[in-house]
Amino acid sequence: MSASALADEPGFLEALFARRAVLVSLIVFLVILAAVILAPLIAPADPSAMSVRNRLAAPGGDYWLGADAFGRDVLSRLLYAGQVSLTIGCGVALVASVVGIVFGLVAGFFRRLDGPVSRIVDAMMAFPDILLAIALVAILGGSMINVIIALSIVYAPRIARIVRASTLVIRELPFVEAALALGSSTGFIMINHVLRNIVSPIIVQATFIFAYAMLAEAGLSFLGVGVDPSTPTWGTMINEGRQYIDQAAFLIFFPGIAISVSVLCLQLIGDGLRDALDPRIAKEL
Amino acid sequence: MTRYIVQRMVGMLVVVLLVLTIAFVIVRLAPGDPAALMLGPEATPAEAAELRERLGLNEPIPIQYLSFVGNALRGDLGTSIFFNQPVTRVLLARAEPTVYLALFSLIIALIIAVPIGIYAAYRRGSWLDQTAISTAMLAASVPSFWTGLMFQRYLATELGWFPAAGYGGPDADFWVRMGHLVLPSIVLGIVNSALILRFTRASMLDVLGEDYVRTARSKGMTEWRVVLRHALKNAAIPIITVIGLTFALLVSGAVVTERVFNIPGMGNLVVSAVLRRDYPVIQGTLIVVATLYVFINLLTDLLYLLVDKRVRY
Repeated sequence: MSASALADEPGFLEALFARRAVLVSLIVFLVILAAVILAPLIAPADPSAMSVRNRLAAPGGDYWLGADAFGRDVLSRLLYAGQVSLTIGCGVALVASVVGIVFGLVAGFFRRLDGPVSRIVDAMMAFPDILLAIALVAILGGSMINVIIALSIVYAPRIARIVRASTLVIRELPFVEAALALGSSTGFIMINHVLRNIVSPIIVQATFIFAYAMLAEAGLSFLGVGVDPSTPTWGTMINEGRQYIDQAAFLIFFPGIAISVSVLCLQLIGDGLRDALDPRIAKEL
Repeated sequence: MTRYIVQRMVGMLVVVLLVLTIAFVIVRLAPGDPAALMLGPEATPAEAAELRERLGLNEPIPIQYLSFVGNALRGDLGTSIFFNQPVTRVLLARAEPTVYLALFSLIIALIIAVPIGIYAAYRRGSWLDQTAISTAMLAASVPSFWTGLMFQRYLATELGWFPAAGYGGPDADFWVRMGHLVLPSIVLGIVNSALILRFTRASMLDVLGEDYVRTARSKGMTEWRVVLRHALKNAAIPIITVIGLTFALLVSGAVVTERVFNIPGMGNLVVSAVLRRDYPVIQGTLIVVATLYVFINLLTDLLYLLVDKRVRY
């Protein structure tokens, strides 16, 4: 029953990597992560060093992935921009999970608060993600922290809904009743008995939110309403490259590939985790 | 059943009220004076005071809230600062391209996703099934604006198969306008087909394992009839649900796609409104879209009553 016990079972990793695609995605994602973190060491050039002579230089030669309109090295910019894009994705996954867990546990545990919290979650989810994020960033102002806050507000209701549904089931199980009878406090039961048993669906959902948040961040930056345009992210790189799309499509091509590959890996990892943590669904595939 | 419908209507009203409340709160999250923010740094304090007065920002918050909700329920979403026109009129003027774009791309998504989803489930595990799921996964991972830019660059600019951007100008004929929506609709349709494909496949898989499908087969029914008459009919409910849910995806996609193809729709309007700090327009768009979403999902729930005779509330 216990999900944390499930994760310790010897079969977990084998189940996770049963599908080759999951293993490959994990490796690719880790490589991207390492490259981005090690950007200061491995980037071939200073990402903001301009060179008028080499503006819009095609990929190859000194510029592996070409140079942008200011003659800046695209590969180096991609690596540094990845730091921002991945930080936002990861930050949103974490913040949204924490906020969602709090609201979901409260709604699932305290019957009187269930109605109001669930209706607010319904209402929040009625707003399309990009639209709500645009409005929030417009009000809060565009900075990395504000984009993380805005996207966390957008995605926290998804976690809250899952946590609430799982809490409702687990609250009725005998071991919770036993804990109550033993005089455990509500807070202790919520964290030690309920939360520990719903970790796996939260991890799965957080992985997907990591992916969605990266897509949403790219969308916001492309629209010019995301992080400050002077901070390179994969989205702002596409936005900047847009005016040169006819002469230098590679300016848009490479950041697009970077986003797509990262998001695809995260989605496949999420799928793999879901199957490995819930063997019932795994058989269906 | 009437009771169920009434209950759902009341539930919907509550959610719409909450939507209004959230839209109200969001604008008040602004650090500092919203009036000064909207007018930008060049505005004089007198102008800010005048705008504050006009927007009713000097009233106590509860009074502001009540009059905001009251006005919204009567269909008054405030006045655009930039256009100096009612928000509803500004939105209506931009609605046509967005509505058609959403509609066309939904149709394209269904044409792509439903047959492939059915076939993938039917031939589960085959290379076609595997290709279909992987492609769907890939389509859901690529930013829609990136696909849009690439299609625009190669299919419109280079090959000239489609108009590259715009909406045909102010006096364009209806068919010219629709012609400008073909490529954007294809882009958005491909992006949205991913979710529908996965849902169609999953719900067909559920149904194909049912006893009555086996019974139909053992009666000697042709495979076509088994799949289309028995299985698809019962798989329709989850498919309808996901169509309701894709509305949000369609709108998010439309905002970005309109920006790529420079289509003067609601998505373009809301992004310009952000750059112009025209808060009433942002707020109004949020309210209209979220209310539509709630309404469409109520409709899809009610559609179950028609599609599945087993569903009784």
